[in-house]
Amino acid sequence: MSKSNFTRRGLLKTSAIAGAGVAMPTIFTASSAAAYTNEPTGSGVTLGFNVPQTGPYAEEGMDELRAQELAVQHLNGEGDGGMMNTFSSKALKGNGILGNKVKFVTGDTQTKSDAARASAKSMIEKDGAIMINGGSSSGVAVAVQGLCQEAGVIFMAGLTHSNDTTGKDKKANGFRHFFNAYMSGAALAPVLANAYGKDRRAYHLTADYTWGWTQQASMQAATEAMGWETVNNVLTPLASTDFSSYIAPVLNSGADVLVLNHYGGNMVNSLTNAVQFGLQDKMVNGKQFEIVVPLYSELMAAGAGENVQGVIGSMNWNWQLQDEGTKAFVKSFGEKYGRPPSNSAHTCYVQTLLYADACERAGTFNPCGVAEALEGFEFDGLGNGPTLYRADDHQCFKDVLVMKGKENPTNQYDTLEIVEVTPRAQVEYAPDHPMFAGGELGKCNPGA
Amino acid sequence: MLGLNKHDMKMLLIVAALAMLAPFLLNPFPTDSAMAQFNAGYPDLMQRFVIFGIFAIGFNILFGLTGYLSFGHAAFLGVGSYSTVWMFKLLDYNIVPGIILSVIVAGLFAVVIGYVSLRRSGIYFSILTLAFAQMSFNLAYSVLTPITNGETGLQVYTSDPQYLIDDWETVPHLFGLVEMRSTYTMELGAWSFDFNAGYYLCAVLMVLMFYLSIRIFRSPFGMMLRAVKSNQTRMNYTGLNAKPYTLAAFVISGMYAGLAGGLLASMDPLAGAERMQWTASGEVVLMTILGGAGTLIGPVVGAGFIKYFENIFSKINENVLHEWFGFLPDGLENAVVWVVEHFVGSGWHLTLGVLFMMVVIFLPGGLVEGGQRIMRMLRGKKSDNDAEKTTQSTPAE
Amino acid sequence: MDAVILQILNGLDKGSAYALIALGLTLIFGTLGVVNFAHGALFMIGAFCAVSLSKILNLSFETIDETQTDFLGNPLKVKTAYIESWFGPELGASIIDWAVPLAILFSIPIMIGIGFIMERGLIKHFYKRPHADQILVTFGLAIVMQEIIKHYYGANPIPTPAPDVFKGSFDFGTLLGFDPNVIIYPYWRLVYFAFAAVIIGTVFAFLQFTTFGMVVRAGMADRETVGLLGINIDKRFTIMFGIAAAVAGLAGVMYAPINSPNYHMGMDFLVLSFVVVVVGGMGSLPGAVAAGFLLGILESFASMNEIKSLLPGIDQIIIYVVAIIILLTRPRGLMGRKGVMED
Repeated sequence: MSKSNFTRRGLLKTSAIAGAGVAMPTIFTASSAAAYTNEPTGSGVTLGFNVPQTGPYAEEGMDELRAQELAVQHLNGEGDGGMMNTFSSKALKGNGILGNKVKFVTGDTQTKSDAARASAKSMIEKDGAIMINGGSSSGVAVAVQGLCQEAGVIFMAGLTHSNDTTGKDKKANGFRHFFNAYMSGAALAPVLANAYGKDRRAYHLTADYTWGWTQQASMQAATEAMGWETVNNVLTPLASTDFSSYIAPVLNSGADVLVLNHYGGNMVNSLTNAVQFGLQDKMVNGKQFEIVVPLYSELMAAGAGENVQGVIGSMNWNWQLQDEGTKAFVKSFGEKYGRPPSNSAHTCYVQTLLYADACERAGTFNPCGVAEALEGFEFDGLGNGPTLYRADDHQCFKDVLVMKGKENPTNQYDTLEIVEVTPRAQVEYAPDHPMFAGGELGKCNPGA
Repeated sequence: MLGLNKHDMKMLLIVAALAMLAPFLLNPFPTDSAMAQFNAGYPDLMQRFVIFGIFAIGFNILFGLTGYLSFGHAAFLGVGSYSTVWMFKLLDYNIVPGIILSVIVAGLFAVVIGYVSLRRSGIYFSILTLAFAQMSFNLAYSVLTPITNGETGLQVYTSDPQYLIDDWETVPHLFGLVEMRSTYTMELGAWSFDFNAGYYLCAVLMVLMFYLSIRIFRSPFGMMLRAVKSNQTRMNYTGLNAKPYTLAAFVISGMYAGLAGGLLASMDPLAGAERMQWTASGEVVLMTILGGAGTLIGPVVGAGFIKYFENIFSKINENVLHEWFGFLPDGLENAVVWVVEHFVGSGWHLTLGVLFMMVVIFLPGGLVEGGQRIMRMLRGKKSDNDAEKTTQSTPAE
Repeated sequence: MDAVILQILNGLDKGSAYALIALGLTLIFGTLGVVNFAHGALFMIGAFCAVSLSKILNLSFETIDETQTDFLGNPLKVKTAYIESWFGPELGASIIDWAVPLAILFSIPIMIGIGFIMERGLIKHFYKRPHADQILVTFGLAIVMQEIIKHYYGANPIPTPAPDVFKGSFDFGTLLGFDPNVIIYPYWRLVYFAFAAVIIGTVFAFLQFTTFGMVVRAGMADRETVGLLGINIDKRFTIMFGIAAAVAGLAGVMYAPINSPNYHMGMDFLVLSFVVVVVGGMGSLPGAVAAGFLLGILESFASMNEIKSLLPGIDQIIIYVVAIIILLTRPRGLMGRKGVMED
């Protein structure tokens, strides 16, 4: 058959050389002069903003991106400086980070752990990003956090609410500013007991994946501590779009509160369906039937429209807060984009500033130095009052907001109102709390 | 040579050369230039090109030859990845046991799913495979979380047993010779080129798999599979039972998918459930059709195209556009940016959608067919030789 | 017992959505032989017809109210809908309130138009092309449609409520002798069910009792012969495509109040609608409708707590399990015709 001029021997030789070529890189791996992954070479420093730009969370991702761009402007001394003026640490000077102009690259997580990791990897490998920030789901956050740990860059987690992110999946290179499921439960339970009484019977509908489970466990523990009883917990498939068959049996179960442990599109649909069934108009056990949505976001509230009215939930931050930091941020965000920022936007903005500030205080971009500067860092002036980045698990501790769907919204952004600002002391927990057990922070990894 | 005729040998050598020189070919623009955005020669994406190339080559053995359109091949990719990560968790970071296991497990899955699904043909077969894959995905995401780690994806924890682990092992490697992530960066003036160990491992495997698929296409077995496609009834009347052949093709292509899954996990030790979703199965179908179903090289080209758009176009944002078009007068700049913006960044899906339509409308038969037409036009119609005809079989119905 | 009745209601309701989508898809896929991956997108566009009409009715002019301020502390711009200023606040408000039912009239010409353009401009050239090419081109088209909607309406779901009179739920239990509040069902979902029944009935009657329908049915069975008889079957197929698009669109319009529409809702239904059509059997309209209701009801039963506690996760996979069982026991689904899309 063979008609070609290539000989078998020739090919063997070539492949031997090719084989040697494959083995070669090990020799060179450690030879690079850099002390850590993507050490800036003087022409500026690159941050990677990895947010969902397609799929159901695209809108949330867009808002994060807006906030991140704003943060970069402020770091480079453009615009009005936003929260840099109210931040208790004054290390940032508006001349970039450590004198390096801040540049950024963006990517699309698609809210899939695979795609998110691919996108983060391209930022690290191709664009030389030294910090990754953003995202809007816990699965993605945990996946990207693991990647950043391996690659030796800092990960600022964006929106992630599962206990696992700073629990069993915590990593030394990752930090979370967002609150978590435990905190939601701890903040909500007293308010719920106050508003609806202590002898309530709760029925949980829970999204059937890790975030949903930790959210449900936290809510159940916190409400039962207040004297509530849990009638049932039903797991719903992630792919569900119509929740009618899960909601229909609720009214006959003897429960008088429905807790929807859903987020995103699931939450919009399950809440809409529950309201359609007219649950809130019913009296059960002699009490008005109520619905609770433990984790709120402005965008989801907007998606559910008038269905959120009177429904209680929790949030990390809200633009209606009246502290100086919040006001400064809302002003500069609002003037640039003509809309108030969402709580995920706030998280990403603040994390970008905090990262930059930590670099300034550490005097280096080395992830180990930055992590050390962030660990145990106490600050104020970024909304939510005095805040701590705990060294033990890299979880942030600050006040948590309990929100309620507004009865008569005056405009499209005015869907939720603040019911209570739960003080930080009430949502704190020990680092070895059983809901967070199992993981190890490990050692910080500078990469090279 | 190697049991190939001249034309096939030429094609194999071209593929091998492209794979080996990819770090140069994919980084044609200087690192600091504005066009660097289009460089695709960084380790992660190069790895994806060849791994999804393997996936698509395998898919094409089933679809291109027999015409059976499986809509559930991502399930094999997923189980392959899970097997490999489990080997990391139980043994150590050496990738070889994991990759071997991934091929075996995917093969077993393929035997079961194939045996059941192949009892039907046409659209009924497609829906059966789709149903199996969607079941795997839904269960992996929820009920099977102890095995799959659900939403987050399976990853290696320090608390895992890892019975064979040595102290120095922190990332996947090949017998301790080389770590998959180790990269040698060659600076050449304004250019820089990345040579990544993991990429070369995948590339070598891809070339081997490509060779294997040529052999299958040209073998009597491949002939038999084509017969299944062109007229199964006639084949049955001649006393041949088509099912063992199609099942064999199904299992082989499932093993290819398992290998691809194992390699994905070896390059980056995380296995996400999304790998099994119908969108992932659909993706490999699109790759194959886009490149040219039934052609040898088409699926690889299609895989490269889709991955390129996903990873490169999605990262172009407004700032980058303003940099590119900064030389234009302000008003014009904004207008151009406004138009282009819709096709990049968060609009990369739109580009992909338009591309799909363009290709199928103007290049029936896929990108390879298009390439051949252009070649023919350039060469002036003469090279309509037999070899090309055999490579270019008609796409399946 | 009450739980079973509730789940039957749920099943009928889910089933009517599935049946409507599958009906349209079967007209295109099971009869014209085109694998239309853009069918989900047509459903989505239908839902956005409702959104658009409600936006159009809400078109408003701004007046500045100095007494109130917006979130930045600037004077608040108060919006008043033109409709309200033309017809007076009360009539105007009720017109806006009825946006979704009005969108039925608004959507029919739009959807038929889209169907015509799709068929004449694109699909027509793909009748003779391999199914693989049809998949690629219609999938590309679906992405383009999605992205256009995303560009104008964003990715977030848009609440599109039903008219006020349909809010709340109807107490079925009292009719059947149960206690109050035992079996309640939302009015709008009952409307959806009735609406689906009317549409399905209309399509069947149209195909069964009109000459046009007869020719189309003949064309489905044997296109060539009908062509040889001198009948212009192409033109009729174009019309069928328009009707199929309209059915998908109407299913979407009425679905908008049930779940807030978003740009990728079509993709959520795409896989499911193919499963329904194939389980029903290729080329069979009654099969598609029957399969829609069957899968809807089984899905509802699978989500009952009693069944979930026996088989955890069964509600995740029930549709696919049923599909596999049916396809293995009945080679062509419930009522499939021999030889349609079998090779």
